[in-house]
Amino acid sequence: METPEQEIAARQGWMGLLARAPAERLAELLGREALPGFDWLRVPETGGVMVRGRMGGTGAPFNLGEMTVTRCALRLESGEVGHAHVQGRNRAHAERAALVDALMQGPRADEMQASVLVPLASEEAARRDARAARAAATKVDFFTMVRGE
Amino acid sequence: MYVAVKGGERAIDAAHEWLAEERRGDTTVPELTVPQIREQMALAVNRVMAEGSLYDPDLAALAIKQARGDLIEAIFLIRAYRTTLPRLGHSAPVDTTGMRCDRRISATFKDVPGGQVLGPTFDYTHRLLDFALEAEGEAPRAREAEPRREPTPRVTEFLNKDGLIQDEPRSDGTPPDMTREPMEYPAGRPLRLQALTRGDEGFVLGMAYSTQRGYGRNHPFVGELRIGAVEVEMEVPELGFSVCIGELTLTECETVNQFAGSKTEPAQFTRGYGLVFGQTERKAISMALVDRALRWEELGEENIGAPAQDEEFVLAHSDNIQGTGFLEHIKLPHYVDFQSELELVRKMRAEALGTAKFKEAAE
Repeated sequence: METPEQEIAARQGWMGLLARAPAERLAELLGREALPGFDWLRVPETGGVMVRGRMGGTGAPFNLGEMTVTRCALRLESGEVGHAHVQGRNRAHAERAALVDALMQGPRADEMQASVLVPLASEEAARRDARAARAAATKVDFFTMVRGE
Repeated sequence: MYVAVKGGERAIDAAHEWLAEERRGDTTVPELTVPQIREQMALAVNRVMAEGSLYDPDLAALAIKQARGDLIEAIFLIRAYRTTLPRLGHSAPVDTTGMRCDRRISATFKDVPGGQVLGPTFDYTHRLLDFALEAEGEAPRAREAEPRREPTPRVTEFLNKDGLIQDEPRSDGTPPDMTREPMEYPAGRPLRLQALTRGDEGFVLGMAYSTQRGYGRNHPFVGELRIGAVEVEMEVPELGFSVCIGELTLTECETVNQFAGSKTEPAQFTRGYGLVFGQTERKAISMALVDRALRWEELGEENIGAPAQDEEFVLAHSDNIQGTGFLEHIKLPHYVDFQSELELVRKMRAEALGTAKFKEAAE
């Protein structure tokens, strides 16, 4: 049995993954699944979120600028409530993210994990590694010039 | 004063039609798509996001296309769009220490932990035009090495451990927001940073350069410059916990500045800070220099009257949309205004000439 903290941490994990996922890829993966009916609790709405930074990177907060975010909330016929806050203006992306969030709280969690979240996570890791590998190739190796005999 | 005029609707419609045609240009040349601009004009997109103060690469690319590449016009379009968006909330302060760095360099420590990582930089190129880009070629592919997955430590942390640099005390108050309340002076550092990060790159660069040339010199070193991706987290009240809502590329610059000490402070290094949307390092370095120059009062330094030390001068003139709005409005019809000026000048001339004639006659 998971503790409430573990449940929250797991949910934060998949909600973040769904928010960062390319909208087309999520559509493709979810397109293979039979999806349940649902009612909107909050129809998809696009707005701005003010992003904050910290002075000196670690000090007091300041406002950096906004980013576009689309949010929604829905309830499945079986009762589970799904939420989404996803970067950008794609309403279908928010809807799909909320659907997966709701399904992850019910009997289809394992199926969603295997068919949607695992591929998204491994693709994200591969994208990040591809950039990190290129960055690593540009790391400067200093060597000391040794005077000749 | 501007007095409204009517008329000219047909001419305006025709002008806008022609604008659309000119925007498209020669139709034998393929039309640019928004994704092409987003992917291949990425640094222009970054500038529009930074100064438009809205992170959305697709929107910025669209704005650049609509503005025919006029970046200030594109920024104007983004600012106008931004005002139509409901504010959904604010993020937790982004953790730039956890940034996945594409680039990370230090001009102060050669053997900095985490290494000097050049990233996709123009530095060390010869600035010779590459005519090979005129032709379509195969997509280039960068080499790879073993990726580093652990976070990159901050350079200023090393100095901070020894007390050699001014501490940056952490707090979690609500910062003031210039998009919500009108600017008032003195503005304070959080508002200065908000204004500088969205300020015009050319203006902020010019101000920073002026400090280097002696108008408020503060001896900066680039302690650290990093570019990369950070996750954005936001507290969602309905959920009762915070979630990651997306990922941004940011450029962060921390300068380490000489400081001889004051009556109350021992000699130690001080900081300037720049943080900007996108890969925008010229802007981030400029921002850090100007931030440091504006901190003269808090650090007990002398105000030598340099432009970059004048908070109101810098902040009130850093916004290119305010600037261009006020500047460009003088080209709009001012017929009534000018008519009264014309009459005034004629009257003054007539009076002056009349007096002269009277004098002539008297002599």
